[in-house]
Amino acid sequence: MTITEKILAKKAGKAKVTPGELIFAKIDLALANDITAPVAIKEFAKMGAAKVFDRQRVVLVPDHFTPNKDIASAEQVKMIREFAREQELVNFFEVGRMGIEHCLLPELGLVLPGDLVIGADSHTCTYGALGAFATGVGSTDLAAGMALGEAWFRVPESIKFVFHGQLQPWVTGKDLILYTIGQIGVDGARYCAMEFTGEVIRDLSMDGRFTMANMAIEAGGKNGIFAPDEKTESYVKERAQRDYEFVESDPTASYAQVYEWDVSTLEPQVAFPHLPENARPISEVGDIPIDQVVIGSCTNGRIEDLRLAASVLEGRKVHPHVRTIVIPGTQAIYRQAMAEGLIETFIAAEAAVSTPTCGPCLGGHMGILASGERAVSTTNRNFVGRMGHPKSEVYLANPAVAAASAVLGRIAGPQDLDL
Amino acid sequence: MRGVTMNIEGKVWAFGQDIDTDAIIPARYLSTSDPEELAKHCMEDADPDFPRKVQRGDIVVAGKNFGCGSSREHAPIAIKAAGIGCVVARSFARIFYRNAINIGLPILECPDIMAQDGDVLSVDLGTGVIVNKTTNKEYQAAAFPGFMQEIMELGGLTSFIKQRIEQGSK
Repeated sequence: MTITEKILAKKAGKAKVTPGELIFAKIDLALANDITAPVAIKEFAKMGAAKVFDRQRVVLVPDHFTPNKDIASAEQVKMIREFAREQELVNFFEVGRMGIEHCLLPELGLVLPGDLVIGADSHTCTYGALGAFATGVGSTDLAAGMALGEAWFRVPESIKFVFHGQLQPWVTGKDLILYTIGQIGVDGARYCAMEFTGEVIRDLSMDGRFTMANMAIEAGGKNGIFAPDEKTESYVKERAQRDYEFVESDPTASYAQVYEWDVSTLEPQVAFPHLPENARPISEVGDIPIDQVVIGSCTNGRIEDLRLAASVLEGRKVHPHVRTIVIPGTQAIYRQAMAEGLIETFIAAEAAVSTPTCGPCLGGHMGILASGERAVSTTNRNFVGRMGHPKSEVYLANPAVAAASAVLGRIAGPQDLDL
Repeated sequence: MRGVTMNIEGKVWAFGQDIDTDAIIPARYLSTSDPEELAKHCMEDADPDFPRKVQRGDIVVAGKNFGCGSSREHAPIAIKAAGIGCVVARSFARIFYRNAINIGLPILECPDIMAQDGDVLSVDLGTGVIVNKTTNKEYQAAAFPGFMQEIMELGGLTSFIKQRIEQGSK
């Protein structure tokens, strides 16, 4: 069996599962945010459920339209706050303690290797970086999970992605996943588990793995997953407050498809509007002036991402025609960035630094684009109207490319600054 | 069937491939989960006039990967509240697929469906047989697994879980 099949089998109480099989499985954690929780809470009540299955394991993170952007958003958060109090939830996070959910949960050790997690947020697949099975669901599925502590799944076929070689400078997990989506398309892994492996993955940091797993959904994947190793162990051992289990695929596991790529010559990638599959190497981008840069999100708002951006912005200024917004993913990442002098670097470069929020990534608030404007963003989607006006454009890139673009006022890589 | 009508006949609104959830209901309208409010902006970024043109019982036909992107259940809620009787697509993104079944929005996956704006489609949800009455072509949609049929017959997952809770299976 693959790592995905093994986790699903164990949580379903079965010795073996096979792709295509429908199972009921126990969940370790159920997650929702300020957009999806209100619908889930209404359905939870309609189901006749009284109490959540485990008040430690239902996690609510108001991170999308917070700090509340308008009265309607404030009402939505108020509703989930009241639910959290009534249900005595241990893990409800207010502004000031809140972070972007998929940065926050791993950081707090709430998600661990071997877990089965559902979240009413499509980027729940991020936790696969830890060797957990994690997938996005809708609010009604989440309500059922909150009530019963289990959910139904179709066991997915697995696709294996093997990355050989050694990465060039400025090439990151973001580039690997944009390249992957560019190769297979936005539905190339539809309904499938995406398993990432190879020596490049072994050498990749945890932050890089989070970025890759995060965007499995952009290829239509059900989950993205990595075999846990010593990097995973050192990440989780100080954070975990319960037992966890390292699971890995059998050498005899079968895959629907295997892709093997040597990525030694891979360049930083830029995904053009309006699909993440429109990836191009930075050298083939051409001269594209920009209006805004966003560095942050559940994809690239972690400390390594901020270090990368700061290393490019250090001693430089954001181009006069560009607004640059930097959003640390959590309060802890924010403090770490302060301690390392990164925030000073951003502000000296004339970038705005925001409290954690999903805000601009989904066109919520904190940096909406006007008609005709273009942004380079380290986020995950560049659909029509994603960050604002339907006639605006989003180009997805890694934090170093975003920072270099901010300085030059056009889409550019660190090499264009002789870095 | 309690939840959904077995036979649906309606006028087609045709969309292309990879219609994402931001196109179905942009995040700028997600400060509410009120179905009627969401319906006012349904498909707005794919076709700005859609919310005004659509009539109760119309059918959406789309290419591959319909509903890709966000997990927002607001997307099928908006389509259902706009009065769409059924969505037929060449394929669906998986979260949208689950969400549609869970909220009782009839959907059918049909890899070779061909239809244009204004065509009249007749859909038998029980057998999965789709007839384009304008072109006189018949298509066969993929069958739902029995368990999903059961959810759909009850009108969605909420009723299904309610029944389980009432039976005290938990």
